[in-house]
Amino acid sequence: MSHSLHITGGRVIDPANGIDEIRDIHVRDGILVNEKPSRAEVIDASGKVVTPGLIDIHVHFREPGQSHKETIATGARCAAFGGFTTVVCMPNTSPVADSPSTVAWIQERAASTACVNVYCTGAITRGLAGEEMSPIGALAQAGVVALTDDGRCIQNHGVMKRAVEYARQFGLPVMDHCQEATLSADGVMNEGEWSTRLGLPGWPSLAEDLIVARNILLAEETGHPIHCQHISSARSVRLLREARLRGVPITAEACPHHISLTDERLKTFDTTFKVNPPLRTAADIDEIIAGIADGTITILASDHAPHAPYEKEVEFDQAPFGMLGLETELAVFLEILLHQRKVLTLPQIITLLTVNPAKLLRLDRGTLSCGSPADITILDPDHSWTHDRNHSPSLSKNTPFHEFPLRGRALTTIVGGKVVWDLENGFRN
Amino acid sequence: MTRNWKHKDLCALADHTASELMTVLDTATAFKGVGERNLKKVPALRGKTLVNFFIEPSTRTRVSFELAAMRLSADVVNISASASSLEKGETLLDTARNLEALRADLIVIRHKSAGSARFLADRLNASVINAGDGAHEHPTQGLLDAFTIREKLGRIEGVRVAIVGDILFSRVARSNIQLLTKLGAKVTLVGPPTLVPATFGCLGVEIANSIDEILEQSDVINLLRIQHERQKREYFPGVGEYTSRFGLTKKRASQLKEGCLIMHPGPMNRGVEIDSSVADGSGSVILDQVTNGLAVRMAVLYLCSGGAPMASSATDQ
Repeated sequence: MSHSLHITGGRVIDPANGIDEIRDIHVRDGILVNEKPSRAEVIDASGKVVTPGLIDIHVHFREPGQSHKETIATGARCAAFGGFTTVVCMPNTSPVADSPSTVAWIQERAASTACVNVYCTGAITRGLAGEEMSPIGALAQAGVVALTDDGRCIQNHGVMKRAVEYARQFGLPVMDHCQEATLSADGVMNEGEWSTRLGLPGWPSLAEDLIVARNILLAEETGHPIHCQHISSARSVRLLREARLRGVPITAEACPHHISLTDERLKTFDTTFKVNPPLRTAADIDEIIAGIADGTITILASDHAPHAPYEKEVEFDQAPFGMLGLETELAVFLEILLHQRKVLTLPQIITLLTVNPAKLLRLDRGTLSCGSPADITILDPDHSWTHDRNHSPSLSKNTPFHEFPLRGRALTTIVGGKVVWDLENGFRN
Repeated sequence: MTRNWKHKDLCALADHTASELMTVLDTATAFKGVGERNLKKVPALRGKTLVNFFIEPSTRTRVSFELAAMRLSADVVNISASASSLEKGETLLDTARNLEALRADLIVIRHKSAGSARFLADRLNASVINAGDGAHEHPTQGLLDAFTIREKLGRIEGVRVAIVGDILFSRVARSNIQLLTKLGAKVTLVGPPTLVPATFGCLGVEIANSIDEILEQSDVINLLRIQHERQKREYFPGVGEYTSRFGLTKKRASQLKEGCLIMHPGPMNRGVEIDSSVADGSGSVILDQVTNGLAVRMAVLYLCSGGAPMASSATDQ
């Protein structure tokens, strides 16, 4: 099949090129082109929005090692279902992605089983242990797009500083899960009113704030970009805002659950809502949303973290951290940022889901420019629907948005000129 | 106040209304009379099976539940952590489902994880009674403390209660706070800021960092043990400093208001949070608490099994 398309009549939002207008999009052999190719499949997008394929730079696809939770294939289907054409996998697999061979295994697996583009990150330190550097040069050569110890946070500032300095020669951004371990300790939820009520050990915002401050100073000192993952705390947003105004090369991302759910959700001890960093307060949500609105937080991501039902169905403090996200990510961002809070326009939201993440990780995607791979998402920002965890392509069920009424949804997901999923017909293979 | 109780479980006092909690206290008053009789047994739970499922050490609470069940004519089985399949890697839920498959009608659980009782209650048809879940709640302790206050002082509303010590890790404190504030008592938490964080203010209580501030104003002083087993880090510089700043010494006890009740949920560390002679002195109601625990637990088992709430003569006058 030639993967040639003629997408007609849609509102094309292409932030990379400053485009927001009704126009047609043409694809020949999987590449965006200017003229209508012959023998193209026609997709009528009138009344709909056509954007570059959405990018999520923070997902856990659990392969190798934990394929009972998710595989690269099922994770990729969650992405396509949610309108995402490109994802970036975290390295906390088993074995950890801290060697070129593991990275190569993931890349091959993705090439043969995934219906979306899958990029790898490499671990900063061997085994995510926070002590010795991974073979960063070899990882760069193997094609990782960033370095991170996600799930863990390097506590030793000397190790972190040297890793950032070393990564600089390869131009690899360093992404950090910000968590000071002596303060988060055995915490399982936000430290505050609800941890007090429930008698659960608290994981205070301060533990995130301290590492965000550390990373700001390291980015400033080394001149190399550091990206703070899944910001959950109001004070972290304020620290980042001040640093970015000074021109420090620091960026940050926000996740759907951290702008839509508070720690009060834990009052029934439902482990679905146990996530790291934890759900926090309404004041934190307000500041994160303000940070998204004012350009402090420039990237939106899911932290898609599948866990099997039997793993989550245990005592609260024993349950693993993490929740699903890809299937509902676009909808929650649109529901909160566009419909409820009205802090961003649709083109601005698309910017945070396409061109900004592509720029950070230097991906040749997130644009509808001629000559780019034809990754395209067709969406309806007003489409009302209710998510049902039993209709998710994930192997796991741990979504916090089960039965949530949402507005906004992907209708068609196109990867390399090929329709991989659409709402009407589902997956194409 | 109308008496009502329509729950199969008792997981947390936070889940219940003032009227439900008074229903338990009134029913307990009726059952206390049973304990004073020569023949201490009633047939209320005859044919029912209760499993005492204790995954943390306990003497007082386990024996109290066991005796309460026996006095209601239930059959009782005791399981402790080392004897259970949890040691072999079985999940808590699977172990509990097996107990239910053996037709346990009531499961009394003590567990180190907050929320574990609720976790089982939501998944089992059997009644689940929380006998202490981590630092969350110990509902029957809260009830027996309130019962003792009401019995000794004739009321709960307006009573000034100081709870002193390791509040952060205390399920006893949380259950007491929930119950006493709902029933109109004025609660003050006393301890170092590391063990009484300011976030407790959201529970409608006062916080004091000195025991000397509260001695003259309190109608009840409830002393808690330092739970070294839950404290994985240092929260105060040492036991000596703790005793000098927060222990109820003889000198401090002499400054208490006339008739102030001295309470302790046990186990007590004599000479640490409470002076030995004070523990045995005239204001101490520590052993009354234990006796009342039996009546309270009978009431809880009875009500959660569907028994009709009972009137107590004391409150119907």
